[in-house]
Order: sequence, then structure tokens, then C-alpha cells
Amino acid sequence: MTPGEAWAVSGPSGSGKTLLLRCLAALDPLDEGRILFEGRDTETINVPAYRARVLYLHQQPAFFEGTVEENLRAVLALAQHSGREFDQAWISGTLERLGKSPDFLQRPISALSGGEAQIVAFLRGLQISPTLLLLDEPTAALDPEAVGQIESLIEAWQAADPEHSLLWVSHDQGQLERMTSRRLLLGDG
Amino acid sequence: MDSAYIQIGNLELALAALLMLINLGLSAWLRLGLGRQLVLASVRMSVQLLLVGLILEWIFALRNPWVVLLLAMIMGTTAGIAAVGRTGRRFPGIYRNSLLNVLFASFLVTGLAGQGIIRFQPWYDPQYFIPLLGMLLGNALTGISLALDRFMENLVSRRAFIESMLCLGATRWEAAHREVKDAVRTGMIPIINAMMVMGVVSLPGMMTGQILAGADPADAVRYQIVIVFMIAASTALGTLGVVMMSFFSMFSSRHRLLSAQLLRTQSE
Repeated sequence: MTPGEAWAVSGPSGSGKTLLLRCLAALDPLDEGRILFEGRDTETINVPAYRARVLYLHQQPAFFEGTVEENLRAVLALAQHSGREFDQAWISGTLERLGKSPDFLQRPISALSGGEAQIVAFLRGLQISPTLLLLDEPTAALDPEAVGQIESLIEAWQAADPEHSLLWVSHDQGQLERMTSRRLLLGDG
Repeated sequence: MDSAYIQIGNLELALAALLMLINLGLSAWLRLGLGRQLVLASVRMSVQLLLVGLILEWIFALRNPWVVLLLAMIMGTTAGIAAVGRTGRRFPGIYRNSLLNVLFASFLVTGLAGQGIIRFQPWYDPQYFIPLLGMLLGNALTGISLALDRFMENLVSRRAFIESMLCLGATRWEAAHREVKDAVRTGMIPIINAMMVMGVVSLPGMMTGQILAGADPADAVRYQIVIVFMIAASTALGTLGVVMMSFFSMFSSRHRLLSAQLLRTQSE
């Protein structure tokens, strides 16, 4: 995979699409083979630093109890992101484009719809400027409006840097045709 | 031995056993189906205590350090295994973690307090060493068991959040420190609760025993306070130790949550 590419990952259920993405995110160990990122074996590089650049997002985001803003800020408190400031302007601008009012940041996580929670998960991840997104059916359970909002977030992120790349697992063929240009087809696992 | 107390003979034991008729009667009346278990538990408790009484009498008379240590190791090992027996999940290494921490915490605090505060001689004097260690083991067992159970349940119920944080660049500690702290807190709650109401709601067993055996109540109270501090210290050490070791068992050095290792026990 070269920088700037957008790959669709498809295959029948049980073919290992999620496992592939989890292995790429270094969440699961490899049985065999190697994963090279920028020429370096992911089993030997600093894992938190790697994960901050290769971000795995899936269907059911998880948060701690608190407001949207508290959940966004908590990521910036990690040692990996020390020195990175909460980008109020980028967050507010993005929320405005998505049609969310400014008080969205103060809403409790528990009061969000599925689509809104996924938007927060993307904001939480994109604010740390990843290079590669591993998307595991992030819009599978969402209504068409929320799907459109997530897709527009990803398009804006892709447009921000020609090196931004993604791997997208989805059963929505239309979405894969819209959002990706290359295809990886997995067999029977 | 001080004999300023009323001895209990076999007849009195048999009379006390009649108190179990209350439980059996209630079980039969309310159809609780506990009759068989009540009889079995009563017989087991009586036989176990009578046997341990015989063993302790023998060990007290022998006063051999190796025999005392052997008994202490058997008690500690049993406590370490029992602490895991009550948990709803297991992972490879859980018995090692429990055993090491039960033994380390209880022996260390018994040694420190026994020689630094109570100062009994010789260090292995079974009249002091065995009952003190036993009390610490019993409480460390409860703390470790609760903390382990809570830690594993937290890892399962909060797996999605923990992995989300790992995905965002968190180290394993940053991702799971809340779960570690929650588990340690859970392990410490019983002893803190007990300390809060001690002397008001409950009169501790050891103090009551000393008073029954003819000790001055003020002396018995002082002993009890020392023991409770010892229990609190060993429970804290054991609980923190077992949760930290389990944290390292459940998270790899590559900052992966090894959730596939976590298996439900068959009884669940």
C-alpha cells in the first residue's frame, strides 16, 4: 500500500476482515508474516506512536461517562500526544459543517445517538492527525444522514493531506465505490 | 495456659450443635432445600476445627521452626488457591499471581509486626505466629479474590473502551489504570468497612476470644487494634500486588489486551 491510497477490504463473513484490521492496528498478534510500516516491522516499533498514526475505528465506539469535550480532551492527555493542544477552531468548524450546534461539545456522551457517537469517535481520532485509517464498518448501523456526515469527515481528512490513506471494510458496495479506489478481496479466511 | 475461663466439653459441643435445629427447621418450613448442605457444612466445620485443634496442640508442643513453616506454607497455599476459586474468570498464571501475593503479603506483615511490634520470641513461636498469619491470610484471601474478580470483569465489560484508548496511542497503563484502581479499591472495601464499625456494630472475634479466655479487655483491645492494622496492611499489599501482576499478565509488552486468555470458569 502506498501513501494516499484508499483500499476497500471485502470478503465473506468470517474471512478475517476484522482480524486483518486488528492485526494492522497491532491489537492482535500475527500467527505468521510481518507488517511493515514505512519500511519498519510493526513488532519492533513503538506501539503507541504507531497506533497514533495508524488509527483503527470500528462500528461501536466506546467512551467514558462525561461530556463530548471531556472525551475529546482525554486523548490529548495521553503521553503520546503531549504538547498537542485541543484544537477548538478545527473542532468547532467541523461541527458547524456537520450542522451541529456549539453546545454539542457539552452534551453528555450518554445522550448521543449512534450517529452522533460515531461522529465524536471520528473527531476524537482525527484530532491526533493519523496518517492511515483502518475503518471496520464504521457506518454499518447508521442512518443515511449520519453515513453522509461520516463520509464527509473522511473526505475532508483525505483532502487535507495527499498522503492520508485508508483501508475500509464495508458491506455497502456503493459506499466502497464512492470512497475507495482499490480493492482487497479476502478468501475464506 | 490460663484456665480462667469456662471449659467447653463434648456435652456442651453437642448442645451447641442443637442450635442448628433452628436453621434446619427454617429450611424445612420455608422449603429452602438447604437441609443437606447445612448438615454437611456443620459436620465439615466441626471436623476441620477439631482436626486443626489437634494439629495445633501437636505443633505448639513441638515448637519446631520447620514444622511451623510447613504448616504456614500449607495455610498460605490453601488461601492462594481458594482466592482464585471464587473468581468468575481465569487466565494463565492467575494461581501463581494469587499464591505469590497471598504468601508475600501475609508473611511480610506477620514478620514485620511480629518482630517489630509484638516482639514474640522465638520468631516462629506457634502460639503467635500461626494465629496471626491465619488472620492475615483469611483477610488477604478475601481482598485478593474480590480484586481479581473485579479486575477481570472490568477488562471484559470495558474492553471496547480500553482498546479504543490503546488505538488512540495510549500505553497499556494509560488505557487500563482506571480498571486497576477500581479493582484495588474493591479489594480494600471489606477491611475498611469492618474498621469503620469495629467496636460499635461488631466485636472482633479475636478480641472476644481473648476476653473469654480471661484477658484484660484493655489488653485485648490493644491486641485487636494491632491485628487490624496488620490485616489492613497485608490486604493492601496482597491486593495491589495481585492486581498489578494480573495487569502484566493480561497486557503484553506490545500494549495488547490479551482478552482471549480470559476464560469463564465452568461453574459460571
